[in-house]
Amino acid sequence: MTVRRLASGGHIDRATPVRFQLEGRTLSGFQGDTLASALLANDVRIVGRSFKYHRPRGVLAASAQEPNALLTVGAGDRRTPNLPATLVDLFEGLVCERQNGWPSVERDVGSLLGLFSPLISAGFYYKTFMGPTRGAWMFYERWIRRTAGLGKATHRPDPSRYETEHRHTDVLIIGAGPAGMAAALAAGRAGSRVLLVEQEALVGGSLLHGAVGSADDRCGFGLLEQLAVLPTVELLTRTTAFGVYDGQTVGLVSRIPGAFGGSAEPPYARETLHVVRAQQIIYATGALEQPLVFGNNDLPGILLAGAVREYLHRFALRLGERVVVLSQHDSAWDTALDLAEAGAAVTVVEARDRVSDDLLARAAKRSVTVRLGAVPVTAHGSRAVRGVTVVALADHRTEYFACDLVAMSGGWTPTVQLTTHTGVKAVYDPALRVHVPGPLPANQQVVGAARGIVRNPLAEGHTAGERAARDCGYDGAVGVAADAHWADVPLMAAGVPRAPSVQGKAFVDFQSDVTVADIDLSLEDGFESPEHLKRYTALGMATDQGKNSHHNGLQLLAERRAKDVGSLGTTTHRPPYTPVTVGALAGRSVGLHFRPTRRTPMHDWHQENGATFIEAGPWLRPWYYRWAGADVATAYVNEMRLVRSSVGLSDVSSLGKIELTGPDVGLFLDRVYVNGFSSLAVGKARYGVMLNDDGTVLDDGTTARFGTHRYFMTTTTAQAGEVMSWLEFLLQTAWPDLRVQVVSVTDRWAAMSIAGPKSREVLAQALPQLDVSGAALPHMGVLEAEWDGRPIRVARLSFSGELAYEVYVPADHGIAMWTHLLDVGAPAGIRPYGLEALASLRIEKGHVAGIELDHRNTLADLGLGKMASRTKAYVGRELSQRSELVAADRWSLVGLELLEPSGTLRGGAILFADGEPMVGHGRGYITSVTWSTVHERLIALGLYQGGLAHVGEVVVCAYPLRGEQVKARIVSPMFIDPAGERLHA
Amino acid sequence: MLRIPCPHCGVRDYTEFRYAGDATKVRPTHGTDDVRAWHDHVFLFDNPKGAHREYWQHVQGCRQWLVLERDTATNTVGRAWLAREGAAS
Amino acid sequence: MSEISRYSAWSLARRAWSGARWRRAWRAAEPRPSYDVIIIGGGGHGLATAYYLAANHGITNVAVLERGYLGSGNVGRNTTLVRSNYLLPGNTEFFEHSLKLWEGLSHELNYNVMLSQRGQLVLAHGPGQMDVLARKGNTMRLNGIGAELLERADVQKLVPFLDYSSHCRFPIYGGLYQARAGTVRHDAVAWGYARGADHLGVDLIENCEVTGFLRDGDRVTGVQTSRGVIHAGRTAVCVAGHSSHMARMLGWRLPIESHLLQAFVTEPIKPFLDHVISFGAELFYVSQSDRGGMVFGGHIDGFNSYTQRGQLPKVQTVAECAVALIPGMSRLRVLRHWGGIQDMTPDGSPFIGRTPFQNLYLNAGWCYQGFKATPATGWCLAHTIAHDEEHPLIRHLGVDRFERGNGHDEYGLGLWTYKQ
Repeated sequence: MTVRRLASGGHIDRATPVRFQLEGRTLSGFQGDTLASALLANDVRIVGRSFKYHRPRGVLAASAQEPNALLTVGAGDRRTPNLPATLVDLFEGLVCERQNGWPSVERDVGSLLGLFSPLISAGFYYKTFMGPTRGAWMFYERWIRRTAGLGKATHRPDPSRYETEHRHTDVLIIGAGPAGMAAALAAGRAGSRVLLVEQEALVGGSLLHGAVGSADDRCGFGLLEQLAVLPTVELLTRTTAFGVYDGQTVGLVSRIPGAFGGSAEPPYARETLHVVRAQQIIYATGALEQPLVFGNNDLPGILLAGAVREYLHRFALRLGERVVVLSQHDSAWDTALDLAEAGAAVTVVEARDRVSDDLLARAAKRSVTVRLGAVPVTAHGSRAVRGVTVVALADHRTEYFACDLVAMSGGWTPTVQLTTHTGVKAVYDPALRVHVPGPLPANQQVVGAARGIVRNPLAEGHTAGERAARDCGYDGAVGVAADAHWADVPLMAAGVPRAPSVQGKAFVDFQSDVTVADIDLSLEDGFESPEHLKRYTALGMATDQGKNSHHNGLQLLAERRAKDVGSLGTTTHRPPYTPVTVGALAGRSVGLHFRPTRRTPMHDWHQENGATFIEAGPWLRPWYYRWAGADVATAYVNEMRLVRSSVGLSDVSSLGKIELTGPDVGLFLDRVYVNGFSSLAVGKARYGVMLNDDGTVLDDGTTARFGTHRYFMTTTTAQAGEVMSWLEFLLQTAWPDLRVQVVSVTDRWAAMSIAGPKSREVLAQALPQLDVSGAALPHMGVLEAEWDGRPIRVARLSFSGELAYEVYVPADHGIAMWTHLLDVGAPAGIRPYGLEALASLRIEKGHVAGIELDHRNTLADLGLGKMASRTKAYVGRELSQRSELVAADRWSLVGLELLEPSGTLRGGAILFADGEPMVGHGRGYITSVTWSTVHERLIALGLYQGGLAHVGEVVVCAYPLRGEQVKARIVSPMFIDPAGERLHA
Repeated sequence: MLRIPCPHCGVRDYTEFRYAGDATKVRPTHGTDDVRAWHDHVFLFDNPKGAHREYWQHVQGCRQWLVLERDTATNTVGRAWLAREGAAS
Repeated sequence: MSEISRYSAWSLARRAWSGARWRRAWRAAEPRPSYDVIIIGGGGHGLATAYYLAANHGITNVAVLERGYLGSGNVGRNTTLVRSNYLLPGNTEFFEHSLKLWEGLSHELNYNVMLSQRGQLVLAHGPGQMDVLARKGNTMRLNGIGAELLERADVQKLVPFLDYSSHCRFPIYGGLYQARAGTVRHDAVAWGYARGADHLGVDLIENCEVTGFLRDGDRVTGVQTSRGVIHAGRTAVCVAGHSSHMARMLGWRLPIESHLLQAFVTEPIKPFLDHVISFGAELFYVSQSDRGGMVFGGHIDGFNSYTQRGQLPKVQTVAECAVALIPGMSRLRVLRHWGGIQDMTPDGSPFIGRTPFQNLYLNAGWCYQGFKATPATGWCLAHTIAHDEEHPLIRHLGVDRFERGNGHDEYGLGLWTYKQ
């Protein structure tokens, strides 16, 4: 290839040169170049090495369909592999390298693989690498993985930022070529909201293939000017519609100029994901030119004819001096004539027997050599094309043409991918020999080349845009379509004819290195359907997703199997249309924003007063406090001691809270809980457990009655949302006759637990206007009042087994009450305690918590069987009686005390009876462990086969993951105060 | 994405809702001792490929449980109504 | 012209340089009027069952009926993971049996299924979660299956590029590692079993959709298909997400809901990740295929679907998990994403075995675990069909188990299947 940058023309700014680095070499181009055009301008012929055979490859195309020029752009933590150079805007300071060659792409040791090609044809790896030993594949895999893949990615975190926008629009138009722009114009004039998106940096589509100043060019600019004045039309360039989803939802990704690059990236979002909900969708996605299949058709210097023309007119690059144009379609002649006009010596080798006299005349005028009825056999050259052998179809005579550039056209296929994403299969048109969009729903239309025939894209677009707007209810005047002269151009992609035999490898899929021989091999092996062919050969599975291979592959398959292409079916197109950055899909939900963080009302106080936090689902809760120790193991024990000996304060705001009101609340709760609540007196609370319909435990909590028709339910932190939805489900779908209202008030109330022998005295001092004496507020009593002008609720409840109260105030009053209690209680020694100590206190008391409520356990498993009413029905009752759920040998709740002081108990240890062989699943496991400050030893809760029937027996706790086994004794899970004296103090 | 026409809130993304499956199942009367009826209700599904009536709760909106018509083979969405108004609408 | 039947490096060379041609992987068989066994469903499970019927039991008068092309269902759509880190009695043994079969499968089938036992790491993000993993790991070890519990520092040494920074929303606390777990090339499994079965005489019949059953009272005696009536001594249903559809033809309802699971692959890159990693903060799993693409997935979309395509918000959710777990994945690009129909059950465990209908066997409800179970399912279902009695390894997986209890809730997720 002898590349010349023309002195004028092109959409480039010759006044703004741009320097960039290729593998350390400084090169230059112009503002307006892509990386691909800049590489071509600098005579970089080899842009990469192919996947399997490591053949040298050059640029093939000018757009998103480019399969070969995949480069790594950027360095350090901005390194991005596999970017098509045709989509990378050139900018000052761009740094890039080519891929898949070692030691370099110019001189690649991997090309030796080509010598083994008969052995490494499609699917060869299924037939070998099985021996000699069983693990053999892992040995070979190490090397194969290194040759597979294209670019090398970095592990470093991505410094770039990505945004997500959610949009609604009336008319979404995908593609700003002539048809798309005309549609946008009509829809916008009618008054509808229009979003017009274009994947390239410039609008125009096929109009960009025309010279600057040409009719095409002027048409494009004209449309753009008219669009700019319409207030409801928004144009997004550098924006790819990558997927169409149900509900008329379309995913777009916009990239900033220089999005693919290095330090030139500005601090705002590199890419933006737009989730668009559109009333109407118009696909103006154009068509993709297809390569021709002949020997060595992958040599550098062989490009698509339309691309050659685009490089000429958009980038002012004449890519060769002696050009062979391989044609099956009139559009290739435009390339031939324009190149001749630019001073190249051109030969057109046309597969058809006849073309129009007009084309022949224009060719003659420019001294273009013409051969009709001839097709290519083989291209010649080793690292770049230097000639082509063609054969006349009539008499099989061959002829050789020396050249430095080949522009090939296999015709054009409509870009149908997006139209198929929601399940409408493309339909084969045998006259056009291409797949066209299938029957779309009424709110989706296709215009322009994407339909298969270029009729009058401006008129088509206009009509579609008007209809889309009208269907949305807009009736503004749309005027008439712009006038333009377009010949009807059926797109018609190549299938036949082709040379009867080829020499050298004839590539069907450049990226997966799939040749015609591979297709034949696939058929030989019996992989005949298009989907089997694809999976077996990997045709269409690389980054271009078949844009350059799907069509030719199907044509060849049909030919070989002597079937119609239409009868073969087709493979399904899947989103994304072009690859989408993972980070763009993640948007701002990264790092600490990956998921929302829920904080309690007293969070800031905890933060400032030495709390270490731990996640409890989405919540951050204080785990332990610095006053108690430097690490959790020390701190929780001291916090426990404090609670058992005097008084502590903990934040329990994350518990679910639900307000229930209405005449039927008691009845409702009786149905939902296993125990009774309609009989609960006003001013009292009761511990309740509710089951799933299947009889397993859903949740536990405490429900208090504040009025005849007013109850207040608490749930566990983890199940708050589940329980709320469950109650609403029952009320709205099963028992709509019940007069009950439920409201979630979890975030409305701050909640804290003050616990310990001195808790009453501190509370009384803190709330002197309330009577919290033992008589006025007995165990499980509740009261409502006011404090500091705001509501307050106090419940005498205990999770820990100590005398304890839960205090509820409005969330914005939380810190005030919290600090008030700490101030008033200071003389009594009050301090805050965290979740670890909370959990440990309840373990000593034998209360079950999240780890035991694992959806597998029944009430009886958890030692709560007696809670279930025998007189009333409750949700889950029937199925809780199924035979396996009441079997005697179920694993049920026990306590464990460590017998070997030098050992330790661990959650997750498996329990065996003392003396039995320790194999299999054991008889139980440890759920929770704590140091008992009361017994001064390690204790645990667990589940054991037969449960409390084995109290007193010795078990072995096996923990082979640490090589430990230790003996423990089964005891009652109520380690402290079984008579409840502390509770009833 | 699936867009659900909430009678109160208008057409909303499905991500605002919680799904609860087949709405044509009739829950046995509370207190029915019939274990077989409960078993069938809880564990067996029609699971049709095609027309489906299903429960969705608008948790990020009005918190009402809706019955939605949707075709499980095509994801075409039909009408939605409040569950408390009964499936026979 | 001679045909090469056996695969090896030597036969590759022979093919390259002689006139010999490969024997077809499987014949394009025409359906016969009757068979001893019909297997409905030409996916991984159906093909494996056919293979073991022939190889283990000498039953070769068998047809596999597939309505599309072989392997067009979930076997060709999954994320290719294999492991045997299961907690519950029954599950532990079954999946270990499967892994052992995986380990010998390439040799058994003379087809390289590309078993890569690169290890799976399941992460814990807090002490409670660590205990849950410990219970599982201890159980594995007590059943003779290797497992290791890793502290955070160990995890960091094994996979240094996960997020250990202070910006991590759910910091890694530790993990459970099974060294023998890994990945397999999914298409190779379907094709390997297909070829194996075909070469033993099984007829593989594509483009043949079952439209009804032939019955003699409660006994199933054959099927009606788009290619005619075929009689069968015994019939097995292995159609995954279409199980309810099949059952409806018999007036039978199953404990199954068909859901949509999405899977993703990035562009191919040079070696980036050497293990399988499962996130612990949300359901998300990732590995790198031998072609170089990162293969990953997450939760089901969450509602009944037969569309085999997913919703965009789930794509976003999964991408968020990817970046949360491996920050370096942010700049990689998703090449393709697709969906499959996943048959979900109330307890997350499947059904294999006899049914209320004589001579009819069901294999369904595999939720997220179908692919790794492929060899053991085929093995056990073949036994069950041959003996008309469940193989011991699957006795706990009866379709009627919910009549007696809550079955096998491996992950403790409870009743609502879409929460899984």
